[in-house]
Amino acid sequence: MQTENVNTTARETDLSVELSGLRLDNPVIPASGTFGFGAEFAEFYDINILGSFSFKGTTKEPRFGNPTPRIAECTEGMINAVGLQNPGIDAVVSQELPRMAKVFRKPVIANISGFSVEEYVECCGRIDSEPQVGIIEVNVSCPNVKHGGMSFGTRPESAYEVTKAVKAVTTKPVYMKLSPNVTDIVSIARACEEAGADGITLINTMLGMRIDLRTRKPVIANTMGGFSGPAIFPVALRMVYQVAGACGIPVMGCGGVSSARDVIEMMMAGATAVQVGAMNLRNPYACKEIIEALPQEMERLGITRLRDIIGIARN
Amino acid sequence: MYKRGIYRIVANEALTGNVYRMVLEGDTQYITAPGQFVNVELPGKFLRRPISICDYDGRTITIIYKVVGEGTAIMGEMKPGGELDVLTGLGNGFDTATGTRRPLLVGGGVGVPPLYNLAKRLIAGGAAVNVVLGFNTASEVFYADEFAALGATVTVATADGSRGVKGFVTDALKSVPEYDYVYACGPMPMLRALGGAVNVPGQFSFEERMGCGFGGCMGCSCKTKNGNKRICKEGPVLRTDEIIWE
Repeated sequence: MQTENVNTTARETDLSVELSGLRLDNPVIPASGTFGFGAEFAEFYDINILGSFSFKGTTKEPRFGNPTPRIAECTEGMINAVGLQNPGIDAVVSQELPRMAKVFRKPVIANISGFSVEEYVECCGRIDSEPQVGIIEVNVSCPNVKHGGMSFGTRPESAYEVTKAVKAVTTKPVYMKLSPNVTDIVSIARACEEAGADGITLINTMLGMRIDLRTRKPVIANTMGGFSGPAIFPVALRMVYQVAGACGIPVMGCGGVSSARDVIEMMMAGATAVQVGAMNLRNPYACKEIIEALPQEMERLGITRLRDIIGIARN
Repeated sequence: MYKRGIYRIVANEALTGNVYRMVLEGDTQYITAPGQFVNVELPGKFLRRPISICDYDGRTITIIYKVVGEGTAIMGEMKPGGELDVLTGLGNGFDTATGTRRPLLVGGGVGVPPLYNLAKRLIAGGAAVNVVLGFNTASEVFYADEFAALGATVTVATADGSRGVKGFVTDALKSVPEYDYVYACGPMPMLRALGGAVNVPGQFSFEERMGCGFGGCMGCSCKTKNGNKRICKEGPVLRTDEIIWE
């Protein structure tokens, strides 16, 4: 009887959304850096239930990242200063993608990082020919080492430059993943749209820190790191609302999402799809539980087609 | 293979002033080796707390933890009958198929617990096990009798000399019979000193602040001679010949 009910619900509610021509069964997407290349989570559940997932931020060269400790606990969240540990684009294409194909059959989101415009271009050009990749997500929170280390995502001009350069080397939809650590998120998002971005992902982590009271030193070896988790949800929601209102391209909402209700709220703010980050680390089943809870939550709220509520809070 | 499960607390008692033993009842089938750990969800805490497995059987898991911060303080207050959300089967654990006949097991402080099930396995396999347990002072000593009851030869070292050999575990090595292999778990300075003091092959178990405990976040990585490893996934146990001491 229980199964019948679930099936009935599934027929009545439509969770599908569309991102730049890519149809997703549901809007739930594990965020980059919290889901590796999928294999670790595939040991917990069949990850093909996901809308998609954004794989570990990949750079041109292999990286170890920052020294440890690079994780700190916070109230309703955590700080990480992993520093983009990844095996480099060559190994991702030759080893991780084939390995990923065994556990995930849907198009994946390739998260690309770089420390110069050239690096972004080279990685995106390289991933362009990979059929498994449905969307390229460009992380512009990295420092531009050729220009004083200022993050690409903190100035509209540099965000524009990266977007333009990347768009020239790929036919895949390009989503720019923005940092919240800026004075005016809308101007950055608009610059990306003007440069031809197909969509925006936001927000990346917020810069934070913790101090160990006993050692009297920062907990994180790198002093500061990215704060994420349920605590940042209202900030992320606000920024999604602002950007979705100012831009005509789809937004993937990200930041502190931990329940089906958060997914719905993020979509009401204007997100077409919703990424789940830190919660995957506390509860490896987080995305599965959210996807399973969505139909019931929609029914409770009188929502039949999930995509109908995108940006509805503005109307 | 790892799994999340709900476990019932059947015991939670103090072994010393701030070291507790908790016995959990539930599914233990995903635990495959001594030296693996569990990751415990705690009310009011965002990240789980990784705790090494001291011992396990078909239906219980014994963990020993030290109250060092808010998370472990919450654990210390828990009562039998309560339930915990736990990930099990995490980490590689110790490899016991090394052919060692006379292994030396060295533990420091809360590095001692994962050696207990290891000693049990090695003794069951016919090895003559020597154990060196290091603590700061006599009142902090735990499990010396439990190791002896397994049939291991136990040497205790305390930094202040209030029990056993005065000094660190490395000072106790002189009084230990010959050994052909070394297993160790403890604080980094202890492992580093031990690595320099013994010249037989071995395996050391390491600690690091973790995000997830199952390889998802890359929070706990370390560099080894065999490339980058995640302490939670390809560790916490590393072979001594692959360790890079930084």
